[in-house]
Amino acid sequence: MNAIEKVGSYAVLMKRTFGLPDRWRMFFRQFLDEIQKQGLDSLAITIIISVFIGAVITIQMVLNTSNPLLPDYATGLAVRDTLLLEFSSSILCLILAGKVGSSISSEIGTMRITEQIDALDIMGVNSANYLIFPKITAFMTIIPCLVIASMFFGILGGYSMAYFTDIITIHEYVYGIQFMFVPFYITYSVIKGIVFAFIIASIAAYYGYTVKGGSLEVGKASTDAVVNSSVIILLFNVMLTKLLLS
Amino acid sequence: MIEVKNISKAFDGPVLKNVSTILETGKTNLIIGQSGSGKTVLMKSIVGIHKVDSGEIHYDGRDITKMKRKDRNHFRREMGMLFQGSALFDSLTVLENVMFPLEMFSYDSPKVRHERAVFCLERVNLGDALDLYPSEISGGMQKRAAIARAIVLNPKYLFCDEPNSGLDPITSLLIDRLIQEITHEFNITTIINTHDMNSVMEIGENIVFINKGEKAWQGTKEQIFDTDCEPLNNFVFASNLYKELRVAHKMFLEGEAKKLIK
Repeated sequence: MNAIEKVGSYAVLMKRTFGLPDRWRMFFRQFLDEIQKQGLDSLAITIIISVFIGAVITIQMVLNTSNPLLPDYATGLAVRDTLLLEFSSSILCLILAGKVGSSISSEIGTMRITEQIDALDIMGVNSANYLIFPKITAFMTIIPCLVIASMFFGILGGYSMAYFTDIITIHEYVYGIQFMFVPFYITYSVIKGIVFAFIIASIAAYYGYTVKGGSLEVGKASTDAVVNSSVIILLFNVMLTKLLLS
Repeated sequence: MIEVKNISKAFDGPVLKNVSTILETGKTNLIIGQSGSGKTVLMKSIVGIHKVDSGEIHYDGRDITKMKRKDRNHFRREMGMLFQGSALFDSLTVLENVMFPLEMFSYDSPKVRHERAVFCLERVNLGDALDLYPSEISGGMQKRAAIARAIVLNPKYLFCDEPNSGLDPITSLLIDRLIQEITHEFNITTIINTHDMNSVMEIGENIVFINKGEKAWQGTKEQIFDTDCEPLNNFVFASNLYKELRVAHKMFLEGEAKKLIK
């Protein structure tokens, strides 16, 4: 299947996916399950990565900006902007593309090869809508929480460096965090997160839904889903940055 | 009654070639043939999973090939299907699997839905496995759970794709008999894909033999040993059932010979 055919069949699948659910009760049950699986189960990894990255960025900023012309609070400012503008949306979503994307793709792919999707179709259920719609909407709903949690814990990671070491004072770090704060950066990051969440969930679902063959193909579909969604996230990152910040 | 008219289907090469047949109401209709003969594609075409290249499929006069997706989805609520690998949802218990079609399409109260699901599970002798997950039960139990799920909405048409695959002979017999009982009890049009001659002789009422994508023969189990259709004869003679009959016959002859010598 060439790239144009893939884009076409992805569009057709999305058309089938986005419709009113057959039963709202079933949809909400699925939706809450997905919030748990994709959101709350990703919270721990989000916090761990963010704390350590925040701490590392702080150390590196201090080391690389040890210049008498630069004020000490520049470290806090750089940590804040790096986290808000790039890490907590783009890099976090690239990490989640691996975790959530492969999980969605392999789950749906396994359902495909074990004929569970055929069983749904035979029952008269719109399988794309039933399986994919709750996953996409749930991930898009929960991602702002993950993005904001990542910002908070990233900044906290930097703060911990100021607290536990003497590379920077707490006062300078906190001053830098607050200096020339642009609230729109949070909105920008959340918007990017929501778009990336759609890309991750929909592309992973597409690769899982269209898998043919056996377990080997499910593994391949899962890998393809992560690779392709990562590339598309990077592409959209440039486009959204140009659109929202220029 | 399901009337299949001149359907053809090709993937990389032709798989079904101008197949026509009639599948009767209240009977167990068996589609038999070698592996790769096209019988699974035929069944999946009949239920509409595969879109046919040409031909018509009439369910009591309603042509499924001309239905829009929405109408076809609605119509499919009259169908039940038992898949080769059971296709139970891994994340749901046996009871939840059977409840699933009711949760999606029934407007009955939760109590009535629950009672209906339990009734179907008890009908297939799975009343004590309600809270188990598919991974916790045997292959035969999975098949029975899948049958319960297939009949829970009172379907008019029941499709079974190789219901005996992977099962021991005794469990196969139980599954066959269960399907036949359900067919007669609820007056369902049942279509079974199989290459198991034991099933053919046990429950076959209307048998369609598919060979290399074409319908080569159709008749009853009584007529199956009395046909000029060479591929069917080869299929029957190669079956374990025939081999067992031949061994039994040989043993009988040896016994008779010994009696004569004495």
